[in-house]
Amino acid sequence: MPHDHHDHPHSLLPSDPALRVKALESLLVAKGLVEPAAMEAILQTYEERVGPHLGAQVVARAWADPAFRDRLLADANAAMAELGISGRQGEHVVAVANSPGQHNMVVCTLCSCYPWPLLGIPPAWYKSDAYRSRAVREPRAVLADFGVTLPEGTGIRVWDSTAEVRYLVIPERPAGTEGWDEVLLATLVTRDSMIGTGLPRKPDAP
Amino acid sequence: MKTPEAPFTDPWHAQLFALTVALSDGGRFGWADWTRAFGATLARHRQAQGALDGEGDYWAAWLETLEGLLDARAMTSAEGREATRAAWERAYLSTPHGQPVRLS
Repeated sequence: MPHDHHDHPHSLLPSDPALRVKALESLLVAKGLVEPAAMEAILQTYEERVGPHLGAQVVARAWADPAFRDRLLADANAAMAELGISGRQGEHVVAVANSPGQHNMVVCTLCSCYPWPLLGIPPAWYKSDAYRSRAVREPRAVLADFGVTLPEGTGIRVWDSTAEVRYLVIPERPAGTEGWDEVLLATLVTRDSMIGTGLPRKPDAP
Repeated sequence: MKTPEAPFTDPWHAQLFALTVALSDGGRFGWADWTRAFGATLARHRQAQGALDGEGDYWAAWLETLEGLLDARAMTSAEGREATRAAWERAYLSTPHGQPVRLS
């Protein structure tokens, strides 16, 4: 639709929920219960700074450095801090590693708890009822929907996130990446592979 | 690796998210209280509306939860929220296009 000032002599009216959010914000700011600067900092963090590239850095380091991997599995928050990634206060990140006989998958059956500092805001499917209700009940069928087939006999463990504990899956390092450095390794780590609904890219894939 | 998709599909989702996290970070409520209340709203909506898609309906449930949590803690009231919402609506309708909209 062409932008035409004559059609809109006044400002475009936002949707009802958008107006309700504005109302909450102005009420709470006026009462001094929230700082606009604090909101702005949070917005910037989650819109620009935080995302799956941070989780990929952590996974790539774990692939390249066995001692770091051990530290990550023992105390993920401390290991993340080595890379300058800080968790949220009161939240504990737990890293769970895939192995030849064992696949890990993460869900939040209550709402949508997710390791924000490492992966950013979860995708819509992670927040959907379909995923939240089926991941625990029929993880293999869910994986099939994501196009993931595991080798025969592989066990699947599903981790249910909470307000206090957020999980990060450490996928297996793809074969054919011997001698790769961390920056290159990180390009193989997908968001879904760190949730457990995907596998890392293969080194020969375009 | 670049983020393949925008984290928020609508600006008010982002505003609501930031407002909620800022309130919790500021100690107005604990995050566990938030997830409990939010989980209850999601369960209620699923019963009433069927499976949620995790996008618009997810943020609608988030907004309803925050309003309820703040009212229950007497930080806001239903009347106050509605009066302020209506004031914003009037401000938008009376502000010439292109000018910043402010509450009078």
